Amino acid sequence: MTREQISQAIKDIIDEILPEGDCSSVNPDEKLRDQLDLDSMDFLDIVMEIRKRYGIEIPEADYPRLATLSSCVEYLAPKMASK
Amino acid sequence: MDRRRIVITGVGLTAPNGNDLREFRGNLLDGKVRFQNTELRYIGKVIAGVCSFNPLKYQNKKEVRAGTRAGSISIYCAREAVADAKIQISDENRSRTGIYVGITEHGNVETENEIANIGNYNYDVRFWNHYHNPRTVANNPAGEVTVNMGITGPHYCIGGACAAGNLGIIQGAQQLMLGEVDLAIAGGVSESIHTFGIFAGFKSQNALASNEDPNKASRPFDMARNGIVVSEGGALYTLERLEDAKRRGARIYAEIAGWASNSDGTSYVLPNPERQAECMARAIAHAGLRPDDIGILNTHATATKAGDIQECEAIRKVFGSGRYPIINNTKGFIGHAMGAAGALELAGNIPSFEDGIVHPCHNLDELDPGCDIPGLLQREKAVRPPSEIRCILNNSFGMLGINSSLIVKRFED
Repeated sequence: MTREQISQAIKDIIDEILPEGDCSSVNPDEKLRDQLDLDSMDFLDIVMEIRKRYGIEIPEADYPRLATLSSCVEYLAPKMASK
Repeated sequence: MDRRRIVITGVGLTAPNGNDLREFRGNLLDGKVRFQNTELRYIGKVIAGVCSFNPLKYQNKKEVRAGTRAGSISIYCAREAVADAKIQISDENRSRTGIYVGITEHGNVETENEIANIGNYNYDVRFWNHYHNPRTVANNPAGEVTVNMGITGPHYCIGGACAAGNLGIIQGAQQLMLGEVDLAIAGGVSESIHTFGIFAGFKSQNALASNEDPNKASRPFDMARNGIVVSEGGALYTLERLEDAKRRGARIYAEIAGWASNSDGTSYVLPNPERQAECMARAIAHAGLRPDDIGILNTHATATKAGDIQECEAIRKVFGSGRYPIINNTKGFIGHAMGAAGALELAGNIPSFEDGIVHPCHNLDELDPGCDIPGLLQREKAVRPPSEIRCILNNSFGMLGINSSLIVKRFED
């Protein structure tokens, strides 16, 4: 997957988890939780969806690397390159 | 303050044939029912009573996704009851409000769903949903109400099999009498139509109804009855001490007059007419009444072969050769709403205090001679001068021999 595709994949997951949310105007360099109504339970849902859809396991120690959309893409790009 | 007098000041409900008291009662009087065939995993097609309320009236999509069906039903009923009672939940009362929700069971639906989910991933428990525990804890339906409404008083569920709807109301009244809370939101709910296990269990007991026409499947007291139609639903009431209700000029639907709960102590499943009769008699005595004071008796009868006859036997023991009340049944209209049954069925009779009209049974075409008791309102509604209906006795019984009889009376200052 390209970085753009990964970014879109993350947005799709968040849009599904937060049906009232709208990722289209998210600033990729600001914290997702500052921009969207995301709590730590929702964050676990995002991790689960990545596991389900792409078979990628994200250890808890790496959760801080998913803080922004840009950091998500940065972190996931090597793992999702072959997806 | 006299803590002994507890009154009903608001009603919120959802049933297969109505999403508020006016619609529900109207359909009971008009004989309108809405059962349907539905599909469940493993068991396939079953007849069920499905509610049509819109959860998004009071929850956002995120709450609905994270929570349970029982939670959504509870929130809907609690919000509707509070609105009906014209109460605002605010800093003034949020810590003095208690939520008491009767449930037959809880957690089966969510556990079955989660097992099916991990079945898609070769039963790898890494795919088990992190919401499983908050969804399945026994306080879930009541707890979701507190989260949704910002209520900070006590909340819990009363696990009482199919007697639970009555028990929720009794619990709420008792907590008000103790002064633990100033407002109780109390009753019962059920999401049981979403678990195949409930249906399969009844089927294994030969107690699950079948019929070509779903609307004719639930037929208590009828010769052709062949079991239970399971329904979802809920009914929660706002209960207040009389003085509080009067101070704020509340509309009073009825007064809680008395109750009793006991146990058969004899069987996991089979009812015991002796103990059912004892339960009704104790409730009547607790209310300071005599049997001939009861104006309406709502039967628990679920349309099983044995259970219906045994409840009638119990009623004969209580009323003997004296005057019988008008006796009706609600399950022909709405099926067996399990944990909601007692609370929901009570709601269908409360308006009789005002209009004197009493709904009959439904789908009772040929009375089982074993169920032939005086006063049984078989097909036609009854119309009486409202003043003649002073008290309603509401039966709700359940597995493991749990019995509850609740009596409400016309409010007279």
